[in-house]
Amino acid sequence: MLAFIIQRLMQAAVVMLVISALVFVGVYAVGNPIDVMIAPDVTQEIRDQTIRAYGFDLPLWQQYGNFLQRLVTGDFGRSFVYNMPVLDLILSRLPATLEITLTAVIGAALLGVPLGMFAGYAPDSMAARAIMGVSVLGFSVPSFWIGLILIFVFAVNMGLLPAGGRGATVMWFGIEWSFLTGNGLKHMLLPAVNLALFKLALMIRLARAGTREVMLTDTVRFARAAGESEWTILRHHVLRLIAIPLVTVFGLELGSTLAFAVVTETIFSWPGVGKLIIDSISTLDRPVMVAYLMLVALLFITINLTVDIAYAALDPRLRARKST
Amino acid sequence: MSTISAPIETPLRGFLREFAQDRVAIVAFFVLALIVLLALLAPWITPQDPYDLSNLVLMDARRPPGYVGSKGFTHWLGTDSQGRDLYSGILYGLRISLQVGLMAGAIAFALGASLGTLAGFAGGRIETLIMRIIDLQLSFPAILLALVLAALLGQGKWPLIAALVTAQYAYFARTAHGAASSERSKDYVEAALSTPLSSVRVAFRHVLPNCLPPLIVVATVQVANSIALEATLSFLGLGMPVSEPSLGMLIANGFQYMLSGRYWISIYPGIALIVLIVAINLVGDQIRDQLNPRLKR
Repeated sequence: MLAFIIQRLMQAAVVMLVISALVFVGVYAVGNPIDVMIAPDVTQEIRDQTIRAYGFDLPLWQQYGNFLQRLVTGDFGRSFVYNMPVLDLILSRLPATLEITLTAVIGAALLGVPLGMFAGYAPDSMAARAIMGVSVLGFSVPSFWIGLILIFVFAVNMGLLPAGGRGATVMWFGIEWSFLTGNGLKHMLLPAVNLALFKLALMIRLARAGTREVMLTDTVRFARAAGESEWTILRHHVLRLIAIPLVTVFGLELGSTLAFAVVTETIFSWPGVGKLIIDSISTLDRPVMVAYLMLVALLFITINLTVDIAYAALDPRLRARKST
Repeated sequence: MSTISAPIETPLRGFLREFAQDRVAIVAFFVLALIVLLALLAPWITPQDPYDLSNLVLMDARRPPGYVGSKGFTHWLGTDSQGRDLYSGILYGLRISLQVGLMAGAIAFALGASLGTLAGFAGGRIETLIMRIIDLQLSFPAILLALVLAALLGQGKWPLIAALVTAQYAYFARTAHGAASSERSKDYVEAALSTPLSSVRVAFRHVLPNCLPPLIVVATVQVANSIALEATLSFLGLGMPVSEPSLGMLIANGFQYMLSGRYWISIYPGIALIVLIVAINLVGDQIRDQLNPRLKR
């Protein structure tokens, strides 16, 4: 087991190295970063000074070496636009993103699993068909369009909810949070719903497919023979049996919600990490782009590593085969 | 089912007959055909060329549906912030969406199917290497990958298609790999390999055609996905250039005006986009059900 973990860790390190090279070449070698940082009418002297200060006069491989060295020490450089350390900038935006992604994923699971289980329990009922119709829409309609419609209906037409921004926040442990104030909650509702719809559709499908399969097994037949009520069977037996794949997907989805948050945050001008990366792409704020990409890569590699190791721990066959 | 006098049914004809029996799928198919036709005929059935900036009159900007413009024709769906007739803009936007979606889908299909077949057929080191890369890529969300690439490669049709292909070929590769590695162990492959045919020829002429059904299913889903992705990227300002507005960009242009109640600039292109995507998905669902032997009654 230890050998397997070490092998996987080394693989992850190699992947991170490859990604860092790709990101570096993609972000720094395409176009000339110096043009973005200084005005075109400065003297040649200042220009040379800036180039040397940032190390742009060095050969590319040496620049990459310095870049790696700084990465390892956690120094992602300073943002050209905000003129503050990039890591601090991203960390300051992270709570806003976490707030809506967690709300969305947990909400989708709490609502989607019961709905999906019902649709799997009574697949031919009208309600089940309606639930599945909603889930098809959640899958095929692009999320930016759903966000737009939400704004149009609830903010513009009915005037019930704010169309964007974070609203009032409260300091808690030195970080600003929206979900602790009524006004903040109101601002959170639409972006969270927007983000949750795709996850909801996914959870419904998974829970439905799982329930349909489990309902046909002997477990359910014996439980019925033992005189248990349908409700008890669903809650005690079916839910427990479909829980493992649901939990796996739940974990994986937490990561990918970050990617969808980019779109949602842009529409609702929610000041999170996703909005930051879109803004930095349009202002060519390269250090922020690099740091964001590296952190996201690290996040996904960590998630995959955890899933791999968890699976190996649960399945000895996999462990034996892969480590040879 | 078949009567004695019926003509011999080829697999294709049987497929079409079964397809025609599903009412939802057949409606979706005709809607899709209509959209494609409208997009193809756009230059002849629209009152205005939306890309010709000299054609646009700023005085006609942001007019509601039914407004009669200064050029004398009625803007049935209203105009956008630059005085562009939305009906014309939508039909031209559909052209771009379909073009980009189909091209990205086709290139991703060719690339992914070749890689996947190669991996499944060759086995060993090559298989491990290719599939590791593919698996790694599939663990990142496609939208994030496309977003980053579109940002790095810059605006324009080809950078956009390159970003979409990179985000999507892995799905084809994984499907082709699964199908090819199960075909690999079948007798006909052994038989073909025992003849003097080159193994590359066996892989692509014998194995690949037998992997097509699952790939076709993936293709319909991925074309719909790349149309949605293109719209999302253009909406975020990372897709097509401003001079050639796709549906996503028309929607983005109207977004700021929606808050003041001028809904038509965003809503109508959006409806066109949704109808297109849902129609492709419904047709794709039916094809999937028909090609899946496990669901055969």
